[in-house]
Amino acid sequence: MTQSAVLEVPTDWRDFYALTKPRVMSLVIFTGLCGLIAAPDRIHPVLAFTAILCIAVGAGGAAALNQWWEADLDAGMKRTSARPLPSGRMHRTSARDFGVALSFGSVLLMGVAIGWLTAAILAISILYYAVVYTIWLKPRTPQNIVIGGGAGAFPPLIGWVAATGEITLMPVVLFAIIFFWTPPHFWALALFVKSEYAKVGIPMMPVVAGERSTRRQILAYAVLLLPLSAMPWMIGGTGAIYGVSALGLSLVFLAFSARVGLRTPLPEGDTMKPEKQLFAWSIIYLFALFAALVADRFFMV
Amino acid sequence: MSNDSQPEHERIRRQRNLVLGLLLGGFAVLVFFISIAKMG
Repeated sequence: MTQSAVLEVPTDWRDFYALTKPRVMSLVIFTGLCGLIAAPDRIHPVLAFTAILCIAVGAGGAAALNQWWEADLDAGMKRTSARPLPSGRMHRTSARDFGVALSFGSVLLMGVAIGWLTAAILAISILYYAVVYTIWLKPRTPQNIVIGGGAGAFPPLIGWVAATGEITLMPVVLFAIIFFWTPPHFWALALFVKSEYAKVGIPMMPVVAGERSTRRQILAYAVLLLPLSAMPWMIGGTGAIYGVSALGLSLVFLAFSARVGLRTPLPEGDTMKPEKQLFAWSIIYLFALFAALVADRFFMV
Repeated sequence: MSNDSQPEHERIRRQRNLVLGLLLGGFAVLVFFISIAKMG
Protein backbone atom coordinates (compact mmCIF):
# COMPACT_ATOMS: atom_id res chain seq x y z
CA MET A 1 0.00 0.00 0.00
CA THR A 2 1.41 3.40 -0.94
CA GLN A 3 1.40 6.34 1.44
CA SER A 4 -1.04 8.23 -0.75
CA ALA A 5 -3.49 5.37 -1.08
CA VAL A 6 -6.97 6.10 0.20
CA LEU A 7 -8.34 3.64 2.75
CA GLU A 8 -11.65 2.05 1.88
CA VAL A 9 -12.95 2.85 5.35
CA PRO A 10 -11.57 5.25 7.99
CA THR A 11 -9.29 3.64 10.58
CA ASP A 12 -11.27 2.39 13.54
CA TRP A 13 -10.11 3.45 17.03
CA ARG A 14 -9.77 -0.25 17.85
CA ASP A 15 -7.01 -0.50 15.26
CA PHE A 16 -5.05 2.25 17.02
CA TYR A 17 -5.58 0.34 20.25
CA ALA A 18 -4.38 -2.89 18.60
CA LEU A 19 -1.27 -1.05 17.43
CA THR A 20 -0.19 -0.70 21.06
CA LYS A 21 0.00 -4.53 21.44
CA PRO A 22 -2.38 -4.67 24.45
CA ARG A 23 -1.44 -8.22 25.44
CA VAL A 24 2.25 -7.33 25.70
CA MET A 25 1.25 -4.14 27.46
CA SER A 26 -0.57 -6.10 30.16
CA LEU A 27 2.72 -7.78 31.13
CA VAL A 28 4.51 -4.42 31.01
CA ILE A 29 1.88 -2.81 33.26
CA PHE A 30 1.98 -5.73 35.66
CA THR A 31 5.77 -5.83 36.05
CA GLY A 32 5.95 -2.03 36.25
CA LEU A 33 3.27 -1.98 38.94
CA CYS A 34 5.05 -4.74 40.86
CA GLY A 35 8.31 -2.78 40.74
CA LEU A 36 6.49 0.27 42.07
CA ILE A 37 4.68 -1.60 44.84
CA ALA A 38 7.72 -3.67 45.89
CA ALA A 39 9.87 -0.53 46.28
CA PRO A 40 10.53 0.53 49.87
CA ASP A 41 9.17 4.05 49.38
CA ARG A 42 5.58 5.12 48.76
CA ILE A 43 4.28 7.81 46.43
CA HIS A 44 0.87 9.48 46.16
CA PRO A 45 -1.65 7.08 44.52
CA VAL A 46 -2.37 9.58 41.74
CA LEU A 47 1.35 9.80 40.95
CA ALA A 48 1.66 6.00 41.11
CA PHE A 49 -1.23 5.70 38.66
CA THR A 50 0.41 8.30 36.41
CA ALA A 51 3.75 6.46 36.47
CA ILE A 52 2.10 3.18 35.43
CA LEU A 53 0.05 5.00 32.79
CA CYS A 54 3.23 6.53 31.36
CA ILE A 55 4.95 3.12 31.30
CA ALA A 56 1.93 1.64 29.48
CA VAL A 57 1.60 4.51 27.00
CA GLY A 58 5.36 4.49 26.35
CA ALA A 59 5.23 0.74 25.69
CA GLY A 60 2.26 1.30 23.39
CA GLY A 61 4.15 3.99 21.50
CA ALA A 62 7.17 1.73 21.07
CA ALA A 63 4.89 -1.09 19.86
CA ALA A 64 3.27 1.23 17.31
CA LEU A 65 6.70 2.29 16.02
CA ASN A 66 7.73 -1.37 15.86
CA GLN A 67 4.69 -2.19 13.69
CA TRP A 68 5.22 0.89 11.52
CA TRP A 69 8.77 -0.25 10.76
CA GLU A 70 7.92 -3.93 10.32
CA ALA A 71 4.66 -3.60 8.35
CA ASP A 72 6.11 -5.42 5.32
CA LEU A 73 7.56 -8.22 7.45
CA ASP A 74 4.29 -8.60 9.35
CA ALA A 75 2.44 -9.01 6.06
CA GLY A 76 4.55 -12.08 5.31
CA MET A 77 3.80 -13.94 8.54
CA LYS A 78 0.47 -15.61 9.32
CA ARG A 79 0.73 -14.68 13.01
CA THR A 80 0.99 -10.96 12.26
CA SER A 81 -0.70 -10.53 8.87
CA ALA A 82 -4.03 -9.47 10.40
CA ARG A 83 -2.48 -6.47 12.20
CA PRO A 84 -3.86 -3.03 11.19
CA LEU A 85 -0.98 -2.08 8.86
CA PRO A 86 -0.41 -5.29 6.85
CA SER A 87 -4.17 -5.76 6.47
CA GLY A 88 -4.46 -2.26 4.96
CA ARG A 89 -6.77 -0.82 7.61
CA MET A 90 -4.36 1.98 8.49
CA HIS A 91 -1.82 4.25 6.76
CA ARG A 92 1.81 3.72 7.76
CA THR A 93 2.22 7.42 8.48
CA SER A 94 -0.72 7.27 10.90
CA ALA A 95 0.99 4.44 12.80
CA ARG A 96 4.30 6.32 12.87
CA ASP A 97 2.71 9.58 14.05
CA PHE A 98 0.64 7.74 16.65
CA GLY A 99 3.77 5.96 17.96
CA VAL A 100 5.81 9.17 18.11
CA ALA A 101 2.99 11.05 19.85
CA LEU A 102 2.53 8.34 22.49
CA SER A 103 6.29 8.05 23.07
CA PHE A 104 6.92 11.78 23.48
CA GLY A 105 3.71 12.27 25.47
CA SER A 106 4.52 9.50 27.94
CA VAL A 107 8.10 10.71 28.55
CA LEU A 108 6.99 14.32 28.96
CA LEU A 109 4.21 13.44 31.40
CA MET A 110 6.53 11.13 33.35
CA GLY A 111 9.12 13.91 33.63
CA VAL A 112 6.66 16.54 34.79
CA ALA A 113 4.65 14.35 37.16
CA ILE A 114 7.24 11.92 38.53
CA GLY A 115 10.77 13.05 37.76
CA TRP A 116 13.26 13.34 34.95
CA LEU A 117 15.40 10.34 35.99
CA THR A 118 12.34 8.09 35.61
CA ALA A 119 11.43 9.86 32.36
CA ALA A 120 14.97 9.36 31.03
CA ILE A 121 14.82 5.60 31.75
CA LEU A 122 11.41 5.44 30.04
CA ALA A 123 12.82 7.28 27.01
CA ILE A 124 15.79 4.89 26.88
CA SER A 125 13.44 1.88 27.05
CA ILE A 126 11.33 3.22 24.15
CA LEU A 127 14.42 3.97 22.03
CA TYR A 128 15.88 0.59 22.97
CA TYR A 129 12.82 -1.25 21.66
CA ALA A 130 11.98 0.94 18.65
CA VAL A 131 15.51 1.66 17.42
CA VAL A 132 18.10 -0.69 18.95
CA TYR A 133 15.93 -3.82 18.76
CA THR A 134 13.45 -3.23 15.90
CA ILE A 135 15.55 -1.28 13.43
CA TRP A 136 19.11 -2.30 14.28
CA LEU A 137 19.38 -5.75 15.88
CA LYS A 138 16.33 -7.74 14.76
CA PRO A 139 17.15 -7.89 11.05
CA ARG A 140 20.90 -8.34 11.62
CA THR A 141 21.77 -10.84 14.33
CA PRO A 142 20.36 -14.03 15.88
CA GLN A 143 21.29 -12.48 19.24
CA ASN A 144 18.55 -9.88 18.58
CA ILE A 145 16.25 -11.17 21.28
CA VAL A 146 19.08 -11.52 23.84
CA ILE A 147 20.10 -7.87 23.63
CA GLY A 148 16.68 -6.58 22.58
CA GLY A 149 15.10 -8.36 25.51
CA GLY A 150 16.42 -5.52 27.63
CA ALA A 151 13.56 -3.36 26.36
CA GLY A 152 10.99 -5.53 28.12
CA ALA A 153 13.08 -5.58 31.26
CA PHE A 154 12.74 -1.87 31.93
CA PRO A 155 9.19 -1.62 33.42
CA PRO A 156 9.95 -2.88 36.99
CA LEU A 157 13.07 -0.71 37.03
CA ILE A 158 11.01 2.32 35.97
CA GLY A 159 8.30 1.49 38.52
CA TRP A 160 10.88 1.17 41.30
CA VAL A 161 12.69 4.39 40.37
CA ALA A 162 9.34 6.21 40.12
CA ALA A 163 8.72 5.32 43.78
CA THR A 164 12.21 5.83 45.18
CA GLY A 165 13.80 8.36 42.84
CA GLU A 166 17.06 6.39 42.65
CA ILE A 167 18.58 3.31 40.98
CA THR A 168 19.69 0.67 43.50
CA LEU A 169 20.71 -3.00 43.26
CA MET A 170 17.20 -4.46 43.67
CA PRO A 171 15.61 -2.88 40.56
CA VAL A 172 18.72 -3.79 38.56
CA VAL A 173 18.28 -7.43 39.65
CA LEU A 174 14.61 -7.29 38.61
CA PHE A 175 15.78 -5.93 35.25
CA ALA A 176 18.25 -8.81 34.96
CA ILE A 177 15.58 -11.42 35.74
CA ILE A 178 13.41 -10.30 32.80
CA PHE A 179 16.50 -9.86 30.65
CA PHE A 180 17.52 -13.51 31.16
CA TRP A 181 13.90 -14.74 31.01
CA THR A 182 13.32 -13.26 27.54
CA PRO A 183 15.53 -15.55 25.38
CA PRO A 184 14.01 -18.87 26.52
CA HIS A 185 10.52 -17.32 26.39
CA PHE A 186 10.95 -15.99 22.87
CA TRP A 187 13.00 -18.86 21.46
CA ALA A 188 10.31 -21.32 22.58
CA LEU A 189 7.92 -19.32 20.37
CA ALA A 190 10.52 -19.04 17.60
CA LEU A 191 10.91 -22.84 17.55
CA PHE A 192 7.29 -23.43 16.61
CA VAL A 193 6.99 -20.46 14.20
CA LYS A 194 10.50 -20.94 12.76
CA SER A 195 9.34 -21.30 9.18
CA GLU A 196 7.50 -17.97 9.35
CA TYR A 197 10.62 -16.08 10.51
CA ALA A 198 12.68 -17.83 7.82
CA LYS A 199 10.14 -16.82 5.19
CA VAL A 200 10.53 -13.09 5.93
CA GLY A 201 14.31 -13.26 6.46
CA ILE A 202 14.45 -12.49 10.21
CA PRO A 203 17.60 -14.18 11.61
CA MET A 204 15.97 -15.76 14.64
CA MET A 205 18.19 -18.20 16.52
CA PRO A 206 16.45 -21.41 15.27
CA VAL A 207 16.72 -20.13 11.68
CA VAL A 208 20.42 -19.22 11.85
CA ALA A 209 22.00 -21.52 14.48
CA GLY A 210 19.55 -24.38 14.08
CA GLU A 211 17.13 -26.03 16.46
CA ARG A 212 19.73 -28.04 18.37
CA SER A 213 21.78 -24.98 19.35
CA THR A 214 18.63 -23.00 20.23
CA ARG A 215 17.39 -25.79 22.49
CA ARG A 216 20.73 -25.93 24.33
CA GLN A 217 20.70 -22.16 24.79
CA ILE A 218 17.13 -22.22 26.13
CA LEU A 219 18.29 -24.70 28.75
CA ALA A 220 21.38 -22.62 29.57
CA TYR A 221 19.29 -19.50 30.19
CA ALA A 222 16.83 -21.48 32.33
CA VAL A 223 19.76 -22.73 34.46
CA LEU A 224 21.02 -19.14 34.86
CA LEU A 225 17.54 -17.97 35.79
CA LEU A 226 17.35 -20.28 38.80
CA PRO A 227 19.93 -18.47 41.01
CA LEU A 228 19.16 -15.11 39.45
CA SER A 229 15.47 -15.26 40.33
CA ALA A 230 16.41 -16.04 43.94
CA MET A 231 18.89 -13.17 44.12
CA PRO A 232 16.42 -10.58 45.51
CA TRP A 233 16.02 -12.95 48.49
CA MET A 234 19.77 -13.63 48.76
CA ILE A 235 20.68 -9.93 48.86
CA GLY A 236 18.05 -9.33 51.54
CA GLY A 237 15.70 -7.35 49.32
CA THR A 238 12.80 -9.75 49.92
CA GLY A 239 11.71 -12.38 52.42
CA ALA A 240 11.09 -16.12 52.26
CA ILE A 241 7.70 -15.84 50.50
CA TYR A 242 9.41 -14.50 47.42
CA GLY A 243 12.52 -16.66 47.82
CA VAL A 244 10.69 -19.99 48.09
CA SER A 245 8.23 -19.01 45.32
CA ALA A 246 11.09 -17.98 43.02
CA LEU A 247 12.94 -21.24 43.55
CA GLY A 248 9.80 -23.33 43.01
CA LEU A 249 8.70 -21.44 39.90
CA SER A 250 12.21 -21.47 38.44
CA LEU A 251 12.58 -25.21 39.03
CA VAL A 252 9.38 -25.82 37.07
CA PHE A 253 10.67 -23.44 34.39
CA LEU A 254 13.90 -25.43 34.32
CA ALA A 255 11.98 -28.71 34.00
CA PHE A 256 9.97 -27.39 31.01
CA SER A 257 13.19 -26.01 29.49
CA ALA A 258 15.00 -29.33 29.98
CA ARG A 259 12.22 -31.12 28.08
CA VAL A 260 12.74 -28.69 25.21
CA GLY A 261 16.51 -28.41 25.55
CA LEU A 262 17.26 -32.13 25.53
CA ARG A 263 14.74 -32.95 22.80
CA THR A 264 16.37 -34.05 19.57
CA PRO A 265 15.82 -35.33 16.94
CA LEU A 266 12.14 -34.58 16.46
CA PRO A 267 9.77 -37.17 15.00
CA GLU A 268 8.08 -36.44 11.68
CA GLY A 269 4.93 -34.29 12.04
CA ASP A 270 5.77 -33.25 15.59
CA THR A 271 3.26 -30.76 17.08
CA MET A 272 5.92 -29.02 19.23
CA LYS A 273 3.88 -29.57 22.38
CA PRO A 274 6.79 -29.16 24.85
CA GLU A 275 7.83 -25.90 23.15
CA LYS A 276 4.27 -24.56 23.34
CA GLN A 277 4.04 -25.62 26.99
CA LEU A 278 7.32 -23.87 27.78
CA PHE A 279 6.10 -20.70 26.07
CA ALA A 280 2.84 -20.77 28.04
CA TRP A 281 4.64 -21.50 31.33
CA SER A 282 7.15 -18.72 30.72
CA ILE A 283 4.29 -16.19 30.74
CA ILE A 284 2.71 -17.69 33.87
CA TYR A 285 6.17 -17.79 35.45
CA LEU A 286 6.81 -14.07 35.08
CA PHE A 287 3.35 -13.12 36.34
CA ALA A 288 3.68 -15.46 39.32
CA LEU A 289 7.24 -14.36 40.15
CA PHE A 290 6.32 -10.69 40.29
CA ALA A 291 3.09 -11.46 42.14
CA ALA A 292 5.25 -13.24 44.75
CA LEU A 293 7.44 -10.13 44.95
CA VAL A 294 4.40 -8.01 45.80
CA ALA A 295 2.96 -10.60 48.21
CA ASP A 296 6.31 -10.69 49.97
CA ARG A 297 6.26 -6.91 50.36
CA PHE A 298 2.99 -7.11 52.29
CA PHE A 299 3.61 -10.30 54.23
CA MET A 300 7.39 -10.24 54.65
CA VAL A 301 8.61 -13.28 56.66
CA MET B 1 -16.58 12.65 -1.32
CA SER B 2 -19.32 10.08 -1.54
CA ASN B 3 -17.38 7.78 0.78
CA ASP B 4 -17.69 10.27 3.66
CA SER B 5 -21.44 10.20 3.51
CA GLN B 6 -21.72 6.44 3.95
CA PRO B 7 -23.29 5.52 7.31
CA GLU B 8 -20.52 3.03 8.17
CA HIS B 9 -17.83 5.69 7.66
CA GLU B 10 -19.80 8.15 9.71
CA ARG B 11 -20.17 5.64 12.52
CA ILE B 12 -16.44 4.89 12.60
CA ARG B 13 -15.53 8.58 12.57
CA ARG B 14 -18.04 9.37 15.30
CA GLN B 15 -16.71 6.57 17.49
CA ARG B 16 -13.12 7.68 16.92
CA ASN B 17 -13.98 11.27 17.81
CA LEU B 18 -15.82 10.11 20.91
CA VAL B 19 -12.85 8.01 22.09
CA LEU B 20 -10.46 10.90 21.40
CA GLY B 21 -12.72 13.27 23.31
CA LEU B 22 -12.92 10.93 26.26
CA LEU B 23 -9.14 10.50 26.29
CA LEU B 24 -8.57 14.26 26.19
CA GLY B 25 -11.13 14.77 28.96
CA GLY B 26 -9.46 12.05 31.00
CA PHE B 27 -6.07 13.65 30.45
CA ALA B 28 -7.37 17.03 31.66
CA VAL B 29 -8.77 15.40 34.80
CA LEU B 30 -5.47 13.55 35.36
CA VAL B 31 -3.44 16.77 35.06
CA PHE B 32 -5.77 18.37 37.60
CA PHE B 33 -5.26 15.55 40.10
CA ILE B 34 -1.49 15.47 39.46
CA SER B 35 -1.39 19.19 40.28
CA ILE B 36 -3.29 18.58 43.53
CA ALA B 37 -1.00 15.65 44.43
CA LYS B 38 2.16 17.66 43.70
CA MET B 39 0.94 20.55 45.85
CA GLY B 40 0.11 18.24 48.77
